[in-house]
Amino acid sequence: MAQFTLPKNSKITVGKTWPKPEGATNVRKFQIYRWNPEDGKNPQLDTYFVDMDTCGPMVLDGLIKIKNEIDPTLTFRRSCREGICGSCAMNIDGINTLACIYGMDEVKGDVKIYPLPHMEVVKDLIPDLTHFYAQHASIMPWLETKTNRPAKEWRQSIEDRKKLDGLYECVMCASCSTSCPSYWWNGDKYLGPAALLHAYRWIIDSRDEATGERLDALEDPFKLYRCHTIMNCSKTCPKGLNPAKAIASIKQMMVERHV
Amino acid sequence: MADVKKVERPLSPHLQVYRPQLTSISSILVRITGIALLGLSTLVVAWFLAAASSETAFAAMDGFLRSWFGSLIMLGGVWAFVYHMLGRLRHLLWDFGYCVDVPTSEKLAIGMLGLSTLVTLIVALV
Repeated sequence: MAQFTLPKNSKITVGKTWPKPEGATNVRKFQIYRWNPEDGKNPQLDTYFVDMDTCGPMVLDGLIKIKNEIDPTLTFRRSCREGICGSCAMNIDGINTLACIYGMDEVKGDVKIYPLPHMEVVKDLIPDLTHFYAQHASIMPWLETKTNRPAKEWRQSIEDRKKLDGLYECVMCASCSTSCPSYWWNGDKYLGPAALLHAYRWIIDSRDEATGERLDALEDPFKLYRCHTIMNCSKTCPKGLNPAKAIASIKQMMVERHV
Repeated sequence: MADVKKVERPLSPHLQVYRPQLTSISSILVRITGIALLGLSTLVVAWFLAAASSETAFAAMDGFLRSWFGSLIMLGGVWAFVYHMLGRLRHLLWDFGYCVDVPTSEKLAIGMLGLSTLVTLIVALV
């Protein structure tokens, strides 16, 4: 049975309010989830004020400014700052997205930032993605072939290559899976939208020769069929992909091979 | 690794912070109306049972269902029935691979809410 409330050690308390920058006229309020594994306290919501006149336009710019100028202990993942590495996925203003490509002008009111939902927190905005990555590995995210290796590359027609559009662009940021209520309640057994989108990316690949085995592996009440087309995944994907459609396509293939 | 203290990690907030989406709300309403209709069907069964047992029992049950409160429950039932049926039809579309994208699904969600409300209003007025 799903637990809708947070466990006792996860309840969020009021945190520290950091001083406003001196002389700034255009400040924006940030409320950020903090949890330190070393102080034995519950998570808390800290308040920061950022001078927008000297800050870049993206939410990540705000976070980096806070870390540089106000509180160096603020912990978050980031790398490419252009939406291609998927590191800075977090819950901003109530939806999951990449901080580096989400503009602060898209946020109404205070900027509220939490880690990706329903995940174990390592520190502050960093969730533990071990299980998420293991689920990705479980769908065999590589080309499986049985015929002999061709002299050059595995060739693919332009039409077949087109089938991978909207799938290969996924950067595995985990925004979709952690937006999915089914994944919240059954994430231990349900693979979640990200892993299933990747599963479909290999199922539909014309060069792959393990389609049957791949479908067999997903024929399970939990791994695939916990998807109830809630569509939070497609709604939140920062890359504009549609995992719900990929999952629906897998379900259709499951039916088609039985008739 | 030297002495790693095992810390019990907190669970990040989910329902508490995730903004309700048209997609997710229309989805959970299908389930809620389904459960509500199950409850409603027990009332209808009770009505039949009362009719089969005695005249006084039937009069009591029938009186309750015809009272303003009973009518309100039945009207809610009409809304739930139409909404649930439309929701299941949307699932049927999705299962055939149609309309599995956010803009279309959101339009369908608005349609489901609108149409079930419209039917309920018509029933209420007739």
